[in-house]
Amino acid sequence: MKEITGYARPDGKFGIRNQVLVLPTVACVNGVIDHISRAVPEATCITHAHGCGRGSPRDTQILFRILAGMVHHPNVGAVVLIGLGCERANTKALLPFIEKAQKPIEIFNVQECGSKQTIKKGAAAARELWAQISKQTRVPLPWDKLLVAMECGGSDAMSGVTANVALGAVSDWLVEKGASVIFGENTEMIGTAHVLARRAKNEEVAQKIITMIAQAEQRTKDIMGPLASWVISPGNMDGGMSTIAEKSMGCIFKGGSKTINQVVDYGEWPTEKGLIIQDGPGYDGDSMAGLAASGAQLMFFSTGRGTPAGFPAVPVIKVASNTQVYQRMIDDIDINAGCLIEGKTLSELRSEMIDYMIKVINGEKTKAETNGMEVFTFMTVHPPF
Amino acid sequence: MPDNVLLIHPRDNVFVALRDLKKGESAILKGVENFLILEDIPASHKVARQDIPAGEEIIKYGEVVAVSKKEIKKGEWVHTHNLESQRWKK
Repeated sequence: MKEITGYARPDGKFGIRNQVLVLPTVACVNGVIDHISRAVPEATCITHAHGCGRGSPRDTQILFRILAGMVHHPNVGAVVLIGLGCERANTKALLPFIEKAQKPIEIFNVQECGSKQTIKKGAAAARELWAQISKQTRVPLPWDKLLVAMECGGSDAMSGVTANVALGAVSDWLVEKGASVIFGENTEMIGTAHVLARRAKNEEVAQKIITMIAQAEQRTKDIMGPLASWVISPGNMDGGMSTIAEKSMGCIFKGGSKTINQVVDYGEWPTEKGLIIQDGPGYDGDSMAGLAASGAQLMFFSTGRGTPAGFPAVPVIKVASNTQVYQRMIDDIDINAGCLIEGKTLSELRSEMIDYMIKVINGEKTKAETNGMEVFTFMTVHPPF
Repeated sequence: MPDNVLLIHPRDNVFVALRDLKKGESAILKGVENFLILEDIPASHKVARQDIPAGEEIIKYGEVVAVSKKEIKKGEWVHTHNLESQRWKK
């Protein structure tokens, strides 16, 4: 009854979508991607602002990890990679990171034949790959092959009362079912080190949690100075959040209440199952890229103020914390957790969310997918040269 | 009557107000009237689910989010006036 399906990949992973990804290595060729996007609307064409001009080892690591993560993503059946030629993340340098992706990858470089020819070749390749992978069919998807990301953004006072509590209930259900759940946003964990470390699988994971949160807090203080105290603001207190721990719990409860089995770096693939924490930023777009590059096939995204943002090749299920924003943005938001205030019980809402999630896994489009609201951006640490 | 409070986690010793609560009305959870609300409590704020002695952990989301600094009666508002942060406690 609750069977889910997906696309079995040669590397043992399963996709819940089967997309042709057209990916630029560097912002310089974004125009080429836009043309291919218009010529081949079936393809998932994404652009970004990165690929060169940042020299720090950390930024280089993130750049390669995110680009490779998108190529490896289980929802991606085939890839057209468009490079320039002289960029840091040039296609040759990227090759060692993607050569184990067992899927068709076509590579074109603009410095070899100019933009017009690259558009022509890239579009033809995208069409050909689309025809090829469209023949693949869905097969039963074991729950333990599913990684679901939990994200929150544009939060309000009800986010920690309705939407994130609903996400947490779904998280716990998924983990009990054998699936894995990942959530990040380290700045929103400040104040909860003692809480989360207690839930860690072992001492090593506990230490990683404590270090991650201490670093997030230090970064916040270094960057924001005296404004760092805004992480618990008078507005939060008016909303009923009495302590920083309570505010942060309202955010991280979206991951549920299970044992934390692993802490992964930004965009790093988990090697454990169950509940996973990602050491990533709170900014929605950057956070989603890290969660997707870690292999999440599906995302839940709670919002109190409202956001239309989706993510390329990954269905994003929007959950409103209040009925007003749900009604205002009914074209963008899939589920109204504000109904908890109007008399629906948490277990009724959870069942509805699970039913909808199963439909989405099996191919039904989320509002963000229907509207084409994909956002692709990722974290950088140092300024460009 | 629809519920006017939410229990987030079974371990919690506080409910969350789903709307502004008035002194004298009942806390309603799963359609059942539980106890009297002892003072006006704003929406999304905490309501003591049981009598909480001074120095006791305040549990929400199944976790310790604060410590009470005075005795709190069932049905009272739980906020910065009667709890303190465990984290910044000297």
